Amino acid sequence: MNNAWLVLLKRDLLLAFRRRSDIATTLFFFVIVSSLFPLGVGSDSAILSTIAPGVLWVAALLAGMISLSRMFAADFTDGTLEQMLLSPQPLALMVTAKILAHWLVCGLPVVLLAPVIGLQYALPSDAIGILVFSLLLGTPALSLIGAIGAALTLGVRGSGLLVALLVLPLYIPVLIFGSLAVSASQHAMSPQAHLSLLAAISLLALVLAPLATAAALRISLE
Amino acid sequence: MMSMKKIILGLGLLIALTGAALILFVTGTKYIGVHVALILIGAALARQSRYFDDNFYHNASPQAFYPTAGLLIPWFAWLAAVLVIYGLYVSFAIAPTDFQQGEAYRIIFVHVPAAWMSMVIYVAMAFWAGLGLILNARLSAMMAQALAPTGAIFTLLALVTGSLWGKPMWGTYWVWDARLTSELILLFLFLGFIALQSSIDDPRKADRAGALLALVGVVNVPIIYFSVKWWSTLHQGSSINMGAAPKMAATMFEGMIIMALAFWMYTIAVTLIRARCIILERERNSGWVKELATRESSGAKS
Repeated sequence: MNNAWLVLLKRDLLLAFRRRSDIATTLFFFVIVSSLFPLGVGSDSAILSTIAPGVLWVAALLAGMISLSRMFAADFTDGTLEQMLLSPQPLALMVTAKILAHWLVCGLPVVLLAPVIGLQYALPSDAIGILVFSLLLGTPALSLIGAIGAALTLGVRGSGLLVALLVLPLYIPVLIFGSLAVSASQHAMSPQAHLSLLAAISLLALVLAPLATAAALRISLE
Repeated sequence: MMSMKKIILGLGLLIALTGAALILFVTGTKYIGVHVALILIGAALARQSRYFDDNFYHNASPQAFYPTAGLLIPWFAWLAAVLVIYGLYVSFAIAPTDFQQGEAYRIIFVHVPAAWMSMVIYVAMAFWAGLGLILNARLSAMMAQALAPTGAIFTLLALVTGSLWGKPMWGTYWVWDARLTSELILLFLFLGFIALQSSIDDPRKADRAGALLALVGVVNVPIIYFSVKWWSTLHQGSSINMGAAPKMAATMFEGMIIMALAFWMYTIAVTLIRARCIILERERNSGWVKELATRESSGAKS
């Protein structure tokens, strides 16, 4: 079972690295969205550092969302997903490998790139540290919750927009605690409570989301 | 085997007796309208029990439910009409003017019950959807689908009346406070459910996908609610606290409860009408619907 899980993870990562442009698209989307805000709001560094936590988190949310449809779509069209369903390994466990692969490909690069964008927004260095840490804690929840939406909309017409409608309301708690943690550190308050809640949401999602995703895949493939 | 008839009868009698007992022993005639409404609803429910089949599961077949629902609709519709008229009378003619908020506060007689209903309907929708998913019962899924538009409408009504109330009270139509924001998110959840169901062509698959989404939503609603609450709290505290004596005048409280009961009856009536339409649409190729259609068209001619 462990073996199958690792094979699936390696396969998904390999497929992603064979099509590097997909990773780059997500990353550039994050950069472009967060670069648009100063152009719209103005370059006043006081305003920028006030809106930075929210803007960067929303950009990370959207970047994670646009890549969701790729999580299962290719496997759905070529029949791999059906083989996964028929395999003796529990589907919920196999799904975690796919979600982890998605996070490593789409979530982690955003986390690593965030300090650069944070500098552009005139964030102080400790706030940048909290930003990276909060993204590290929160983006796994985005991939986990997003997987449910991606699985539910498999093979549905207009699935790209539908995923946004289904998943974005469920992302709200992550957004709130993520940006609150960063702005708390900006105002010399402890971000610990928000970070703990963020970690709690991720852990809860880790337990429940794979089960819901597996159920959704069974519905979509019947 | 549990008898559906007895359950409905018992539930109706329980509601009616609760109303009567509260008059006699607890609150006296202070909230007389509420108790009369409870007795009316309970008596109507007890009376309706005769339309149900003794066999619990027989009621879950769309074919058996269709005529039963048709017989129930006028009762709930009339109850809704009577209660709305009485509730609006209490709200606008009897309830006193608030000494701080003036006449503008009267919008809460629509706003608060609408907000209550929006949450109740979401939970009811998730309940029916979950039941449909677990028992693979078609009718339950149809009930969930029938509830969704009414829930979205009540959510929108709560938002609109809330912002109309906010203008004279807070001086602005919209503030990003916890309860307004979570109501807005509830609207998104309703719209997501409706959008997902309508974009899947196979009705059985749409039912199951929608059910899963509703269940995921129900797990998330408390998390969203508390996160939004901690994010901002500008809204005044709850108007009615469970366990504490209501801080408002008795007639205000009465008007609000009557309106909530009226909205409840309206929801049941409208949901049953919509469920009947969904049944006809989905079962249009079955024998009994064709029979019904020929009977109705020949009846119209004669």
